[in-house]
Amino acid sequence: MQYLMLIYMNEKQFDAKPPAELQAMFHEYNALSADLGKSGALVGGNRLQATTTATTVRVRDGKSQITDGPFAETREQLGGYYLVEAKDLDEATRIAARIPSARHGSIEIRPVHAM
Amino acid sequence: MEAAGAIADVFRAERSRVLATMIRACHGDFDLAEEAVQDAFEAALARWPTEGIPGEPRGWLIQVGRHKAIDQIRRRVKLREIIAAEPEPIIEVEPTSALGDDRLRLIFTCCHPALAREAQVALTLRTLGGLTTEEIARAFLISHVTMAQRLVRAKTKIRDARIPYEVPEASELAARTDAVMAVVYLIFNEGYAATAGDAWVRKDLCREAIRLARIVVELTDAGEAFGLLALMLLHDSRRDTRTDEHGDLILLEDQDRARWDRAGIDEALALVPRALRDGAGPYAVQAAIAALHAGAPRASDTDWPQIASLYDELVRRAPSPIVVLNRAVAIAMVLGPAAGLAAIEPVRVELADYHLLHAARADLLRRLGRDREAVAAYREALARVGSVPERRFLERRLAELA
Repeated sequence: MQYLMLIYMNEKQFDAKPPAELQAMFHEYNALSADLGKSGALVGGNRLQATTTATTVRVRDGKSQITDGPFAETREQLGGYYLVEAKDLDEATRIAARIPSARHGSIEIRPVHAM
Repeated sequence: MEAAGAIADVFRAERSRVLATMIRACHGDFDLAEEAVQDAFEAALARWPTEGIPGEPRGWLIQVGRHKAIDQIRRRVKLREIIAAEPEPIIEVEPTSALGDDRLRLIFTCCHPALAREAQVALTLRTLGGLTTEEIARAFLISHVTMAQRLVRAKTKIRDARIPYEVPEASELAARTDAVMAVVYLIFNEGYAATAGDAWVRKDLCREAIRLARIVVELTDAGEAFGLLALMLLHDSRRDTRTDEHGDLILLEDQDRARWDRAGIDEALALVPRALRDGAGPYAVQAAIAALHAGAPRASDTDWPQIASLYDELVRRAPSPIVVLNRAVAIAMVLGPAAGLAAIEPVRVELADYHLLHAARADLLRRLGRDREAVAAYREALARVGSVPERRFLERRLAELA
């Protein structure tokens, strides 16, 4: 079963981190990705660019409305994701707990709808 | 009819075990399993009165339930107009599983941390406790529709997010067992606190919680499970003496101890040493405290120094403002009301909205002869109290001072 792990974190806090700390975090992410790849759990994953680069599209009455950024001012922003294969929610939870950002932000686990 | 009574007894005794096994057989599909169990019980009701109750009623019910589940899947498959003739495979089930009791898997699934606490409680009562949705709704003072939706949402999440139907891994077992015990104790307190609601169902909640604790004891053999069971038995042993015929509150010191349920107390007292053996967790220590109360023939015989030192232990192991408050009451009994009042101070701000903090302060101030402060504290308590018997008690005390 596939689970999407949405990685939420505070962008401002993230940007304020000293370079050495960021470096260590990226290193940790790379190690986790490699590990998940080796075990066959990794389906995909990416880091996203900051919400300042985000665009929102809505189609209403056939017309596209395009706006800058996400609307809600939330404490944490979506910063990246993993798509993993796990046998059940407990296995998925264990993987989520290994994501470095889980220690500062939060990981939302969403089972992928089987088509 | 005697046969009907005997059949009802079998259903009551076997329902949670049969359901637990059927859920495993149905790969965690709670709805399918519940339907199959219902069908199996109906088949039994139709056949057992003439054929007699089989020697292995549980095995019979599981076999019939299994066939009913397969029928159900075939029907679903037809409904979806899927051409494949083969139904989804159902694993073979042995009535007496070598893998241990299926109820253990069931209780861990029902109390899975990915479910909201209120959903854990409802699902546990519905599947392991055998209360109807209607009864659970009444006990928690919410509408039948809301409770039914809560159960549906929980069962859907179990299926769609694939919450596993298994005993957790060793590394997670202790934490997950704690969660199960928290749910059981919450069910008990909901029944015991009697803040509102249908009295009959409330008593039922206490009985269900004790029954569930027996299952946890039997399945996990954990010290804290023994402690939880003993603690609830000891509280429950006083159930008939806590209020008078008008429904007014009777304090522990004024209760008719001859009417405490002796059988419950004896059972609990035998469990306490076992509970304390595994390093004395919070439930075990609380059970030991309750045991000291239960063991005192008269209120004046209570071993308060021992109780106070057990509260010290509890503050060390499981610190919470409520524990500090209870410890203060014990200290007042040993060292006098002034010492008790001083022991309350550290949690006065934190528990400012808790009526029992003010009630405890009021009582100690009254005993110190500081009547004006006592009156003010009783008023603070009255402004926050929820239950009618407690309100009447506080009003009586206030009237005595005025």
